[in-house]
Amino acid sequence: MALGPEEAYRFAALLEEEQEALVGAWTDRVALSLRGRLSRAELERQTSELRKGFHAALAGGSSDLGQESAAELRAQLSELSGARARQGFSATETAVSVFALKEAMLAVLHGDDAANLRDYVAFSGFVDEAALFTFDSYVHAREGLIADQAEQLLELSTPVVKLWEGVVAVPLVGTLDSARAQVVMERLLQTLVDTGSPYAIIDITGVPAVDTQVAQHILKTVVAARLMGADCIISGIRPQIAQTIVALGIEFGDIATKASLADALRYALNKTRTRES
Amino acid sequence: MDRVPILKIGDILLVSIQIDMEDQVALQLQEDLADRIVATGCHGVIIDISALDIVDSFVGRTLATIASISRVLDAETVVVGMRPAVAITLVELGLSLPGIRTALNVEWGMELLAQERFTLDLGDEEGGPEEAGTSTVSAS
Repeated sequence: MALGPEEAYRFAALLEEEQEALVGAWTDRVALSLRGRLSRAELERQTSELRKGFHAALAGGSSDLGQESAAELRAQLSELSGARARQGFSATETAVSVFALKEAMLAVLHGDDAANLRDYVAFSGFVDEAALFTFDSYVHAREGLIADQAEQLLELSTPVVKLWEGVVAVPLVGTLDSARAQVVMERLLQTLVDTGSPYAIIDITGVPAVDTQVAQHILKTVVAARLMGADCIISGIRPQIAQTIVALGIEFGDIATKASLADALRYALNKTRTRES
Repeated sequence: MDRVPILKIGDILLVSIQIDMEDQVALQLQEDLADRIVATGCHGVIIDISALDIVDSFVGRTLATIASISRVLDAETVVVGMRPAVAITLVELGLSLPGIRTALNVEWGMELLAQERFTLDLGDEEGGPEEAGTSTVSAS
């Protein structure tokens, strides 16, 4: 049941008249669900802000949340849920901040005739909408957080270091999936161009397991580097990994593989010296 | 139609491709290069593709053909300056351009050719210059 303009004005008036009682009951309810993780003063400030938002939206004659007059309220709700998401509150704890208004409103609504009930149901629909919106914004904020973190992780985990004049190395740490393999490949190739290094060492000491897919990614990188005129050496192959590689029948062909980074560096330096002389 | 200029530097022919490699341009280059190798008697060809955004399968094959033709005419071909994006695309397409030598940039390409020539010369005539002897020892 949609909220008509008249009911909207009525509830706007109620929100204004009974503001102290409303904010008090509302804050109590929210404080109960958050179990003291936010101070009462802080919550009170938030709820009274929200009350103002609801009042402004209803006084503007909003029958649903999508309307122009409810824009301010929407902004408030998304700000609130964004803040809660960042502070680590659950979705329920965030949505309760809005739902609690219903209980508070019921307490201040006098008289229990049918018209009153109908109005209350309509109002309750409006609050539900607001809560759903809060939920959406919460999820959105969380997704944003996760995406940011994934990106940061990607950046952190793929450094390309210059070991020597003409020798760069990528110490791979952690599982190598397609997305990471792509980033590693791009970074490595770009560094080869930027530094003009003809040798690259791919160190897989930190890779917990090598399956056919990981090997495929590494091989692709090596072939791409070859196309650009640089040679790759794979180092840091642990005993178990060597056994897996052979058991899986992965062929590294004529790509140089070394047990340790030190060996790989020695090999690369030898090659550079040969090239220079 | 656009033509790719071929520059002669000492014993090397330098081809720097600065325009889009359409099929016709690639074929024309293949022809021109064969002519120039014979005319100049150069022993090395460097093809710089650092300005190319796209290398399709046809251009890839033409580069391989050019390398083969030059080899028949006793000139070694080095493709230099391939961009990372191009290399990744070629690998994803499964084109590893076998038979083509590559180097990071023109400088490395020239060095590669010089070294190649050096070892070859030594193979041709026994007991070349003194420093040459030491170089082959470390190279082998």
